[in-house]
Amino acid sequence: MSDVALKSTPLEDRHVALGARMVSFAGYNMPVQYEGVMAEHKWTRSEAGLFDVSHMGQARLTGTGAVATLEALTPTDFAALKPGKQKYSLLLNEQGGILDDWMVSRPTAEGFMLVVNAACKHQDFAIIGENLKDDTKFDILGDRALLALQGPKAKIVMAQVCAPACEMYFMDCGTFELLGETVFISRSGYTGEDGFEISIPNARVGELWDLLLTFSEVKPIGLGARDSLRLEAGMPLYGHEMDETYGVVEAGLSFGMSKSRLERGDIRGIDRIRSERENPQRTRVALRVLEGPPARDGAKILASDGEEIGIVTSGVPSPSLGYSIAMGYVPATQSAVGTKLKLEVRGKAYAAEIVSIPFVANGYHRKPKA
Amino acid sequence: MKFTKEHEWVKDQGDGTAFVGISAYAADALGDVVFVDVPAAGTVLKKGDSFAVVESVKAASDVYAPVDGEVVEGNPELGNAPETVNAVPEAGGWFAKIKLTDPSQLDALMDREAYEAFLATL
Repeated sequence: MSDVALKSTPLEDRHVALGARMVSFAGYNMPVQYEGVMAEHKWTRSEAGLFDVSHMGQARLTGTGAVATLEALTPTDFAALKPGKQKYSLLLNEQGGILDDWMVSRPTAEGFMLVVNAACKHQDFAIIGENLKDDTKFDILGDRALLALQGPKAKIVMAQVCAPACEMYFMDCGTFELLGETVFISRSGYTGEDGFEISIPNARVGELWDLLLTFSEVKPIGLGARDSLRLEAGMPLYGHEMDETYGVVEAGLSFGMSKSRLERGDIRGIDRIRSERENPQRTRVALRVLEGPPARDGAKILASDGEEIGIVTSGVPSPSLGYSIAMGYVPATQSAVGTKLKLEVRGKAYAAEIVSIPFVANGYHRKPKA
Repeated sequence: MKFTKEHEWVKDQGDGTAFVGISAYAADALGDVVFVDVPAAGTVLKKGDSFAVVESVKAASDVYAPVDGEVVEGNPELGNAPETVNAVPEAGGWFAKIKLTDPSQLDALMDREAYEAFLATL
């Protein structure tokens, strides 16, 4: 690994000045923690955490071919996505394996905004570029940074910097004025909490970061807590719960797939999707560790008789719950909530149990049912 | 108290035994310790071998034997109170009490002054 090649976000100097411990992540020099993962995690669950996620890829698709371009690559019905709404989606390969997971927003009828994983962005943008339908304009937004403001107090802060954004509900999006700049904001995130993601030009993100940190409710949060927060929320992470060897259904990500697309059958890898629906082999489950050390990515999952039946894909000592949690894959026939299993850590088997997802109840600001 | 470049410490008791643990620097770098796997009595340690594992929210980290020895006792407190490693890393947060195979091995380790000079280079 060469530090020389490490990329940085526009906020790198600020992270260092705040005393962050910096690590290489997806080719970027990123803050893994400031005061400590445990404290940052708990702060985000009770106050508001500010995350620099500018390493993630941002792009825009506009034109009459944008829907067809997106639908050719994903299992999602984007024609049905209403302006002002956001949808979770998946980039699939021709066989239905997962190449990445995306957040796709439609701030206006004319176009879509994509946020994709940092480690996958070059691949994703190349695939989109090669698959553009007629009358589609594709712009990679390398000139934009991305901040996430997450936690139960996020709305209190947002009300003071961009009040109109607080009128949004969970998975809404739109363009707003902030610091005299046109910014793109969605009411979503990767923590399970209510919160916002703000896309702003690189040149202005430092000012926004500083402004948000002036609020007593806000502290900067590193990638360490981002991982433990998303795990407690039961959210998958690319490269852990999914990669090209996993399909949409077994990964428990059918919410990224639209019924209309499934009925039409015009999805990349539709055979795999149908097969996983009709004859499920393995499935993603949530695990509570009942004794011993945390079980992390790569730990074997054993049946109570000791037979190896699966693998842990992520695990963490849960700061909110006080015990260790994990996600992993087991045979569909042994995936019922309440099933007792064992997890092998450093050669020893420890008791665990399948529990329901999410581990920690989410705090989304959902639109009340009419 | 003597230190290694891997941030373990050894405290010679003068009776052929010693306590071993991780330095304040290491405990701080790990962050909140949530679990410690300490070795069982009778475990034979060879200098440089992993003999314990310390888990923080972020990751599991190996702890290496600073000298050869045999475990007399793993710290029983760390099972229920792993946070002791953060609170008092160079005292009550010890990992194991060991019987030294060759006390002269301690001479090759850094004293506190040398260790602090080493930390300054990191």
